[in-house]
Amino acid sequence: MSIKISEMAGWREIPVAGVAYRPSTESKTGDWRSFRPIVNEEKCTGCALCHFFCPDGAISLVNEKAKVDYDFCKGCGICAEECPVKAIEMVPER
Amino acid sequence: MGEEKLTLKDLAAKPDLLAPGHRMCAGCVSASVARMVMKATRGPTIVATATGCLEVATTILPYTAWRVPWIHNAFENVAATASGIESALKAMKRRGALKYEHVDIIAFGGDGGTYDIGFQALSGILERGHDLLYVLYDNEAYMNTGIQRSGGTPYCAWTTTSPAGKVIPGKPQWKKPIAHIVVEHRAAYVATASPAYPLDLIKKVRRGLEAEGPAFLHVIAPCTRGWRFPTNMGIKLARLAVQTCLFPLWEAWWEDGHPVYKLSGPSEAIARRPEMKKPVEEYLKPQGRFAHLFKPERKEELLRRIQEGIDREWSLLLKRAGFA
Ligand code: SF4
Ligand code: SF4
Repeated sequence: MSIKISEMAGWREIPVAGVAYRPSTESKTGDWRSFRPIVNEEKCTGCALCHFFCPDGAISLVNEKAKVDYDFCKGCGICAEECPVKAIEMVPER
Repeated sequence: MGEEKLTLKDLAAKPDLLAPGHRMCAGCVSASVARMVMKATRGPTIVATATGCLEVATTILPYTAWRVPWIHNAFENVAATASGIESALKAMKRRGALKYEHVDIIAFGGDGGTYDIGFQALSGILERGHDLLYVLYDNEAYMNTGIQRSGGTPYCAWTTTSPAGKVIPGKPQWKKPIAHIVVEHRAAYVATASPAYPLDLIKKVRRGLEAEGPAFLHVIAPCTRGWRFPTNMGIKLARLAVQTCLFPLWEAWWEDGHPVYKLSGPSEAIARRPEMKKPVEEYLKPQGRFAHLFKPERKEELLRRIQEGIDREWSLLLKRAGFA
């Protein structure tokens, strides 16, 4: 049996490969957490370092204060470890 | 190289292009690196990712964490894939079919996909001179498949395929000097970066995008699972890697047929004040993959060899950068 190349499907007919089309934000990784970072707003200087270090993009600055999005924070503790003024404390999740 | 007016405050307000909800491990510094790289983009950007932790865990079908056009092809060919994108964009532009003035291309590869499996494709884009930025996030082993040693794994590190015991002390070979190898290809711009210094890293990404021709950024990316340290310690280790001169920060480009090496902030400070250089033990001790160097007894000979290896590479770099 032989197949003529001219009779084969061209790239336009080939179905697209695996397409990841749903936003990752639909999966709430916050339920991985066993420790919860708590920001002390009095101490926080708004330096933004924790925002950059957080692997999960779970910290944003709101009115120049760090704010944690607990939907996505995995509780790694990097923010608490790295905050230059120790404004973040890790407390066990209940 | 022109100085950009990038500040952490402004960049913090820029929305993440790598979204939360990805499945990288808790405390994974590769994820922090990818977020910072994406903060540095300057306009329309296409990302290609080699097989690896970053690719697998940011695109668990049907979900994706990428808020830019993104493609994964295979383990060995992210550089080739990215070069195809660049060539396609050029052709579209020639025909007036491109609606943007310019599109940046970033290729992400891990150490396995860069030092080993993807090396040929990487060498190819450097030789052909494609205008794109290749980011190597180096967690120093095949972490995604279960901590197998790679060309980027350091001397004496335990991995599942270089187990430390009576026969070998962890990996018996040294790390391949990948960034210098890229410089020797006459790349337009090469730099090393550590996520412990976010502004330095972000500025280097920007310079890599601005460079005309292939740019390469080598980023150290501590891995909590494979290096065996608590999830909160990754950035600290990325800093210690620089402070011990195990992973010095520098940039390099070519001028009049010569490579120009320039040390970056924290490493330049150590070059000027050598007493600031920390002993490598401070970096090794917190990591389980080096635990056999300290327990059950200290392996003085191995520790001495590791320190000597670092000192040797550091003095070579100092020479290249015009110190000493
Ligand atoms: S690192 Fe600390 S001081 Fe800086 S923004 Fe975060 S919580 Fe605030
Ligand atoms: S604990 Fe980790 S994941 Fe949670 S906000 Fe802090 S750095 Fe981000």
